[in-house]
Amino acid sequence: MTSTTTTTPARGTGDPVLETVGVTKTFGGVHALRGVDFQLAPGEIHALVGENGAGKSTLIKVLTGVYAPDAGEVRYAGETRHFRGPSDAQDVGISTIYQEVNLVPLLSVARNIFLGREPRNRFGLIDVRSMNQQARELMRELTIELDVSKELGRLGLGAQQMVALARAMSVESRVVIMDEPTSSLEAKEVTTLFTVARRLRDRGVGLVFVSHRLDELWELCDRVTILRDGRWVHTGPLAEMSRLELVSSMLGRDVEEVASEGATEFGESHRRSEEPAMVVSGIEVRNRLHGIDLTVRPGEVVGLAGLLGSGRSETVKAIYGAMHTDAGEVTVSGKKVRANSVRRALSAGIALLSEDRKAEGIIPDLSVRDNIALAVLPRMSRAGVVSEGKIDALVETFMRRLQIKASSPQQKVRELSGGNQQKVLIARWLCTEPTVFLLDEPTRGIDVGAKSEVQSLIDELAQQGLAVVLISSEMDELVEGADRIVVLHDGSAQSELDSRNLSSSELLRALAGDRSTDSPRGGQTGGPTDSPTDSKGEAS
Amino acid sequence: MSATEVDPATTNSPEAAMASRARFAALVQRQGAFAIFVLVMVVASFSFDSFLSRGNLTGIAVQASFLAMLALGMTFVIMTGGIDLSVGSVFALGGVLAAWGSQHGTLVAFALPLGVCGLIGLVQGLVIARGGLPPFIVTLAGLLFARGLLLLLTDEGAKTYKVPAGSSFRKLAQSDLLGVPYPVLLVVLFFAIGALVLHRTSYGASVLAIGGQEDAAELMGLPVQRTKVLTYVASALLAGFGGIMIASYTSSGVTILGVGLELEAIAAVVLGGTLLTGGAGTILGSLIGVLLLQVIKNVINQVGSLDSDWQAVVSGSILLGVVTLQRWLTRAERT
Ligand SMILES: Nc1ncnc2c1ncn2[C@@H]1O[C@H](COP(=O)(O)OP(=O)(O)OP(=O)(O)O)[C@@H](O)[C@H]1O
Ligand SMILES: [Mg+2]
Repeated sequence: MTSTTTTTPARGTGDPVLETVGVTKTFGGVHALRGVDFQLAPGEIHALVGENGAGKSTLIKVLTGVYAPDAGEVRYAGETRHFRGPSDAQDVGISTIYQEVNLVPLLSVARNIFLGREPRNRFGLIDVRSMNQQARELMRELTIELDVSKELGRLGLGAQQMVALARAMSVESRVVIMDEPTSSLEAKEVTTLFTVARRLRDRGVGLVFVSHRLDELWELCDRVTILRDGRWVHTGPLAEMSRLELVSSMLGRDVEEVASEGATEFGESHRRSEEPAMVVSGIEVRNRLHGIDLTVRPGEVVGLAGLLGSGRSETVKAIYGAMHTDAGEVTVSGKKVRANSVRRALSAGIALLSEDRKAEGIIPDLSVRDNIALAVLPRMSRAGVVSEGKIDALVETFMRRLQIKASSPQQKVRELSGGNQQKVLIARWLCTEPTVFLLDEPTRGIDVGAKSEVQSLIDELAQQGLAVVLISSEMDELVEGADRIVVLHDGSAQSELDSRNLSSSELLRALAGDRSTDSPRGGQTGGPTDSPTDSKGEAS
Repeated sequence: MSATEVDPATTNSPEAAMASRARFAALVQRQGAFAIFVLVMVVASFSFDSFLSRGNLTGIAVQASFLAMLALGMTFVIMTGGIDLSVGSVFALGGVLAAWGSQHGTLVAFALPLGVCGLIGLVQGLVIARGGLPPFIVTLAGLLFARGLLLLLTDEGAKTYKVPAGSSFRKLAQSDLLGVPYPVLLVVLFFAIGALVLHRTSYGASVLAIGGQEDAAELMGLPVQRTKVLTYVASALLAGFGGIMIASYTSSGVTILGVGLELEAIAAVVLGGTLLTGGAGTILGSLIGVLLLQVIKNVINQVGSLDSDWQAVVSGSILLGVVTLQRWLTRAERT
């Protein structure tokens, strides 16, 4: 599709390829969209932003035929369309990566990429060899090397997301829509994704891009549309907008008010006592972790930094007993915790907010209240009686604190927006009052407003004496949130940095530096591999 | 950083070790039933002289062929994450209709049961796919419906339709090709087609995708409803065809057959390594599951002193054992 739009001076000025006119969508009593007008031009990358629950994903689902709008219409290439399902939208040339990684874990990577449009041989049967071949080429284009016949579910989240991208790229489309594609990606994969997106744009494809990492928007996008509470608020070129203006318009607050807040909501370093809350020593996991030591004192936030495959998620999982360890010891408040048992870890006061929320944690068909209450039930009902009132009060507090957007505590978690589901999980763990809190990417997928709220909550808990281990791929969050940062590399602790006088770029350099000092290419074996496939979320 | 650096040098150690362990677990998952099958065969052939005789083996194969037809359809149904409880009754109904139809010509003996059974499958499929009702309930209703219809047709089972003596319909299950009985050949043929459909057609891919993650299949634009409807139709047709075979084999429409056969079919499929939650499994595994169940029956029949009710006890225990093993292995493999 070599279109002439590449030479258009201002991007986003062509006739829209995909648009909505006055689209309204309600669920029960909840107005997810109220008369939204949206236009996507060919050859532009269009950012779609808004708080959690603003209606971004719903708009995307209306655009792609998952939902039929209650009022208003969808137009494709100037014509009104009534897509009856996602396949209709796909057929006309709209590729979509939905917010949740939406692939089939039990099928192979290649199968997932080509499901529904597999290459055929002359008998009309699926040509498995050429399917695998094409899949390999696609993944190579994305600079991801993996075995495409491997079950998708065995890959880490980031790699799964890249497979979703490969699927979207595997067909010629005029529109590509990506709902928070970068939330589980590492810097390098993000770069790859951006390269791919720009290449598509230059070919005249119209792209929609959703992200809560605001810096990404200016790096990639041409125009932005802002939604607030299901309403259209603004559309315009990003270059003409400052970050402050964008955030204030997203949140519906004054620029001055927003400006007074820092980059993150973390306070200064915490009061610590000297008795460690948790001591981890010599944790070994075959092929993954090699003798990890870690000490966290009450009131201290220890950051874990490292590149993809460095073993951050594995470390916290191993501590939590969710990943089988071959050696090592965890003690909490001086008492040894039996290894490899989540239950023992829990009762010792260790809580883990895991990286893969969908697979581990959320129970979609239970209400917000019950999902939160789940974790406190054992504690609150020790005498056999559950105080409903107490639970309600607790749930109410957290819903307010974390700005969980739900029609009521009784609403099913399934029906919440992605970011709000995330907040429910955080709330659940917070109200267990753990001694040690392991947080794996706690602010992923959460909008700017709530992000600072989560950060200040972590801060507050640390002030109260909680020991926190924080994993984040956002450097700011680590540098400002943690008191100390332990840098992991290839499954062992490489160095420790004091975060007081550290800048994000210094940390980034430390990570990269670690890398260049010893990355034996094709050298001796025995070093753990760090393909994206092994890095994350494996021990589900 | 990471991806491009995985080169062959690193893959032959820890990665490879993990992979081979995973492969072993997968092997047991798929071939656990096969191992037990071989074991039982070996023990039986040493214990009973007549076990390996041509007559006995052929008998086992023919006896197994009816259940195999049901199990084939059931495999697809379970792979979509569903269940079909109606197949036993549909099988019996198919048999009675075929026997009755054979009095009006061989064509009727095929067309009538396939038509009626296909229709039952279609209705079940539509209600499950469009109406979103749980397959368990819908096919339970189908079970009752088919059995009721059968009782109506046979005066509460009192009447048995006979296949006319000279009818060519008898040939279907009573002839053989180079010593291999037709039913056995048909099973081999159908299973080969089944495997091809599962692995090499987009319908098969949809089946696995739906069982693996239905929401995802929907968002990927796969024809979820159509696939489900087709699957229940196919299951009912295969059950009906099994009925046709048994009518031909026994030369009559036996009404008491097929009671509980749906459970045996489910057992065979699960033994064969198909996940009851859907999304993964093999066609060949189901065939082995069927054979295993049949061999156990045969062995217990040969032990003269044992009540034939022991069949169910032994089959049940083996099922439990295999499923526990599968579960344990998949666990071990994932951590
Ligand atoms: N299936 C549903 N049933 C009921 N309410 C729903 C459903 N889907 C979405 N909603 C509601 O619609 C609103 C908009 O949700 P949507 O998922 O579009 O938000 P979003 O902008 O994508 O947020 P996030 O950044 O958290 O992903 C939310 O209040 C949500 O609770
Ligand atoms: Mg969303």
